[in-house]
Amino acid sequence: MVTETDIWKLLETVMDPEVPVLSVVDLGVVRTVKVLPDAIEIAITPTYSGCPAMKTIEEDILLGLKTITDLPIHISTVLSPAWTTDWISEEGKRKLEAYGIAPPADEVDKSVLFAEAPVIRCPKCHSKDTRMVSLFGSTACKAHYQCNACLEPFDYFKCLR
Amino acid sequence: MKNNLFTYTLRIADDSLILGQRLSELCGHGPILEEDIALTNIALDLIGQANSLYDYAATTEHDLFPKLKSADDLAFLRYEREYKNLLLVEQPNGDFAQTIVRNFLFDAFRVEFYTALLQSKDQQLAAIAEKSLKETKYHFRHSAEWVIRLGDGTEESHQRTQTALNHLWKYTSELFFEDEIDEALKAEGIAVSLSALKENWNNHVHSVIEQATLAIPSTDFVQLGGRTGRHTEHLGFILTEMQYMQRAYPGMEW
Repeated sequence: MVTETDIWKLLETVMDPEVPVLSVVDLGVVRTVKVLPDAIEIAITPTYSGCPAMKTIEEDILLGLKTITDLPIHISTVLSPAWTTDWISEEGKRKLEAYGIAPPADEVDKSVLFAEAPVIRCPKCHSKDTRMVSLFGSTACKAHYQCNACLEPFDYFKCLR
Repeated sequence: MKNNLFTYTLRIADDSLILGQRLSELCGHGPILEEDIALTNIALDLIGQANSLYDYAATTEHDLFPKLKSADDLAFLRYEREYKNLLLVEQPNGDFAQTIVRNFLFDAFRVEFYTALLQSKDQQLAAIAEKSLKETKYHFRHSAEWVIRLGDGTEESHQRTQTALNHLWKYTSELFFEDEIDEALKAEGIAVSLSALKENWNNHVHSVIEQATLAIPSTDFVQLGGRTGRHTEHLGFILTEMQYMQRAYPGMEW
């Protein structure tokens, strides 16, 4: 009989297709896991409304779970409470930086017009002397930055709260 | 009235889908690479929001489109008159200034609208608002910063941005259009009071326009129609392209 712990453990091996170093658990998109006598219910939440990875994530979870259980699996999408980057685990943030993507920042610098500009550390040389090139990067969840110290361009996983 | 919630949700969904479709036209055609990426990312957010809203609309009780069962049916199998989006969002991309000014006028509205919709007694609408508001704040920041950069930029960019503002201003009154559907749903605590949003919208827009060294157009001319299905000529062209596959191959699936 499969337990909720088994399922969480398996979910740690299901990776985000866009950021393959983060599992769906690190990313914080799995909200609840329930093992019922005759089914397994999983609730996931999208990072962004239009995130094209959600469908793949759902399929990957399904494929993974089928290797450890024969019970029918129901995956539902919940929108509220809305996902925030605070739900990315500390381990996930370390993995992001090691992968070359600056994790969501905690420090802010209130010098810009419409929003607080975060202080972003370059994932390569760790300098805090970086600049935003564009608010929108390679995916909806990232912004495009460049390091002024080592000149490396990099993605920043932007803060969503 | 049983169609009220359906129509109300459809109006919000149509705004998102049509602007999303408009912006997706810029995929591979943005003026610079960063903007190509930014505008299509925004398109993706909007189409995602539309999908959540159509999904929900499809579950509400209505007898307007008995054959349309899913989000895709609602997006791909309605005709122009059956679309209830604002005239503003169907306006062409034009030059970059027109794209930005159109988005700016709409984004400033959407931030206020979703903030108010968080209080809706309809839990699903409130949940969609909660999700969408976070994205919309980024959209507004993007378009507002560009309005300032273009307005306070070169003589050419200033003049083009002012021209866009003059051209699009007549469509902004419709942002606050309310009819008996809004009234009925406001009484139930579901709909947002649009007239109550106008002051905040005005303040945000005026403040950005002023920083951009632009002038608020002095015209009083107002063009309405979208909410009741009477559109500008542009919507038909958008639907022709967007619905082509479903019209040519009915029921086709990926």
